[in-house]
Amino acid sequence: MLQEKKTSSWTAALRAAFPYTIPIFAGFWFLSLTYGVSMSAAGFSFLYPMFMSMTIFAGSMEFVAVNLLQGAFDPIQTLLLTLMINARHLFYGISMLDKFRGTGWKKFYLIFGMCDESFSINYTADIPPEVDPGQFMFCVNLLNQLYWVSGSTIGGILGSFIVRGVNTQGLEFVMTAMFTVIFLEQWLKEKRHVSALLGLGLSTACLVLFGPDNFIIPSMIAILGALTLARGRLEVKEVACQ
Amino acid sequence: MTLRQEIITIAMVVLGTMITRFLPFLLFPAGKPTPKYIQYLGQVLPGAVFALLVVYSLKSVNLLTGSHGIPELISLCLVVGLHLWKRQMLLSIAGGTICYMLLVQLVF
Repeated sequence: MLQEKKTSSWTAALRAAFPYTIPIFAGFWFLSLTYGVSMSAAGFSFLYPMFMSMTIFAGSMEFVAVNLLQGAFDPIQTLLLTLMINARHLFYGISMLDKFRGTGWKKFYLIFGMCDESFSINYTADIPPEVDPGQFMFCVNLLNQLYWVSGSTIGGILGSFIVRGVNTQGLEFVMTAMFTVIFLEQWLKEKRHVSALLGLGLSTACLVLFGPDNFIIPSMIAILGALTLARGRLEVKEVACQ
Repeated sequence: MTLRQEIITIAMVVLGTMITRFLPFLLFPAGKPTPKYIQYLGQVLPGAVFALLVVYSLKSVNLLTGSHGIPELISLCLVVGLHLWKRQMLLSIAGGTICYMLLVQLVF
């Protein structure tokens, strides 16, 4: 009886999570196929993209790793570069400290698989009251990683032999569209837009100043600085609202 | 690179990624009260982070050359318009993406 209840709640979580991951399926399949194909073009067996997608599961970093694996061996530089490219995860973690509380054994995988897309969905999704949030978030992570691993493995196996029956040019925009919708959802939910506007302004300014390859860290520092300076005002307002 | 060097390189990427994901949870474990400042950041950061992700996903758009970001701008307006109108995530995303694909394949 207990077992049955448990199974059905996992099914409910999966059912609630799946629709949220459909755009990610499109985006991840496109990106991970490309990643698998580029690994194959660089002369690596499909086992590389497959295992890297299982263990790293951070899209942009895996693309960078294609180049790293072809360059000179430098583990320290590799570690530092990874820390810099993925530093944005620190912000995700700080935002998720509360939401991951009480998720038990699932917590490890929730943190392990916290990519941009899983974080965005898990932070903003309206989880139905009858669904356990931990199970919902676990399903979102797992589905996303399944899409990513299967795409990169197939890309690695097929390599450049992939039949280009459909013109997929422009499909990568699905990720931009998804982040925009998630940004809008957050905007519609929050009472004050100071943080959203700071984020838009500061990261655009940093993009112009530092260029597309180096703007994430300066943006994060600027956002952290601005939000810290605004703390007095934002927190006081928050209390006044309640 | 030898196989051993390749494995070490991949392990370093895994280690670096996991440090960035696990560090906040190791520094502020669930059992202990989280500092007020970190709680504050957890509340206000997401707004800014989602903005950063939008900018990040548009980072390779060049306003000075090529199509000057016009297909991106049109498609983004459609995404926002659709979403404010129907507020259905999949519809807004699919509409904007199809619009963008048509623009870059047929118009620009």
